[in-house]
Amino acid sequence: MKRSLHLFLLLVALCSTVAACGNSSSSSAASTPSSIKINIFAAASLTESFTQIAAAYHQLHPDVTITNNFNGSQLLEQQIANGAPADVFASADMANMMKASNAGLVGDAKVFVKNRLVVIIPVGNPGQIMSLKDLARKGVKIDLEADTVPAGHYSRQALMNMSQSPDFGANYGNSVLANVVSQEENVKAVVQKVQLGEVDAGFVYRTDVTAAVASKVTVLDIPDPFNVIAQYPIAVVKSSANAAAAQSFVDYVLSMAGEGILAKYHFIAVNP
Amino acid sequence: MGKKWSYRSAWSARVLVGVLAGTFFLFLGIPLAALLIREPPAMLWISIQQPEVFQALQLSIVTTFFSTLLTVLFGLPVAYVLARTRLPGRKVLEILVTMPTVLPPVVAGVALLITFGRFGLLGRYLSPLGITLPFTTAAVVMAQMFVASPFFVNTARAGLEQLDQRYEAAAYTLRASPLYTFRRVVLPLIRPALLSGAGLAWARALGELGATITFAGNFPGITETMPIAVYTAAESDLESAVALSVVLMAVSFGVLLALRVGRIRAE
Repeated sequence: MKRSLHLFLLLVALCSTVAACGNSSSSSAASTPSSIKINIFAAASLTESFTQIAAAYHQLHPDVTITNNFNGSQLLEQQIANGAPADVFASADMANMMKASNAGLVGDAKVFVKNRLVVIIPVGNPGQIMSLKDLARKGVKIDLEADTVPAGHYSRQALMNMSQSPDFGANYGNSVLANVVSQEENVKAVVQKVQLGEVDAGFVYRTDVTAAVASKVTVLDIPDPFNVIAQYPIAVVKSSANAAAAQSFVDYVLSMAGEGILAKYHFIAVNP
Repeated sequence: MGKKWSYRSAWSARVLVGVLAGTFFLFLGIPLAALLIREPPAMLWISIQQPEVFQALQLSIVTTFFSTLLTVLFGLPVAYVLARTRLPGRKVLEILVTMPTVLPPVVAGVALLITFGRFGLLGRYLSPLGITLPFTTAAVVMAQMFVASPFFVNTARAGLEQLDQRYEAAAYTLRASPLYTFRRVVLPLIRPALLSGAGLAWARALGELGATITFAGNFPGITETMPIAVYTAAESDLESAVALSVVLMAVSFGVLLALRVGRIRAE
């Protein structure tokens, strides 16, 4: 009898938990919040800059609370397509914004900032790399992103652009690609391996050379004629419950103040 | 009063167990079934036939075979030491052996890099000898062993601890040598535990992603295992990632089933 009582109590506890969960979700939907909450879904490369933009925006609009969700643009697009509660989408490439736009998930997208590729080298320079040409030397260990990752795709494009130039020679791109020892899933993994000195050079965005990384790597610029400039578009998500606040945040990102913060993190302003 | 109540409580206990167990089976089963029904079988067949998929699957099978073999080779003595000897600090060693399961795999990969990488604690002495481990297939096996071996060691240790030591004592009274006793008495008795431990470790190694991609990197044919191929595919094409996952699930289901059947035979 004692045991059945225990079981009964357990069941009651279980049922009440389930009931409580059910209640909480319905009550939060019914109540109107006194302060506005918006969720920003932003590309991982915007982590540092958007954290600061959110803080700056919150100071101007104390009634608006901002939650940032940073991840690969592709994953963010999938999350929004599957009904994640996003108010603003900031993508690191046009392709994923186009995907969201074609699916009718977002409003008009505007390019708010640009980014360029660089080559980074560990401070000790184990591969003796003095210029971009050295990347084609046999035996050099190079790390870049997989072709499916925007940065990896742009890196290959930049290499092919260089191969068009007589300075580098037609075989340049293929020689460099033959030195690739790994194809990473994201830019930060390339930064990590270069930082640890496991590879001689890696292709990353200029903005990935953050303050924390700057002392551990040397930056080798890729000249603009060969470089592939990444465009970052931003848009309000159509299903947003706070579309006005979301639009106001987007406007702030596009403003002088927003661009100023982004420039601090080595992004290229759209209207210089 | 007694009989009626006990009947009723037995009945309610049965319902409760059924409801809880059933809910849990559904919790595990529905997401797996969701993967299965998302892709039509034809799509699965097409994805297996792609050369790079076959290559990744082949690499996964070869590397997990070696990592499991090495895990058993080194892990069985470890399990024996932990279960049978009264070493000082044995409790600490027990925890140490379990630590890799707690570590996020990416951190495990970083730990391996800063140890065996070319500027690592040990790696810096290997590179003058011409040995570099990162970005090699050997690194894949090492990453898998590092993350998966605790599953084998702990299961084997539990098997040894539960074994009645009188069997060994009896063998010794018959003047059997320690090696003979281990091979002919202990090993057959703990075989079920070894098989299930090896199965667990193998399954964990097969699904290994974080430590591998960090320590060994990702290069087709050399370090790109199935989970990494799935992860790469998910970056651009979710459908083919799902198809690849189903292939991976089917392979592991088959091997685990074979091990289970082998275990029943052993018992």
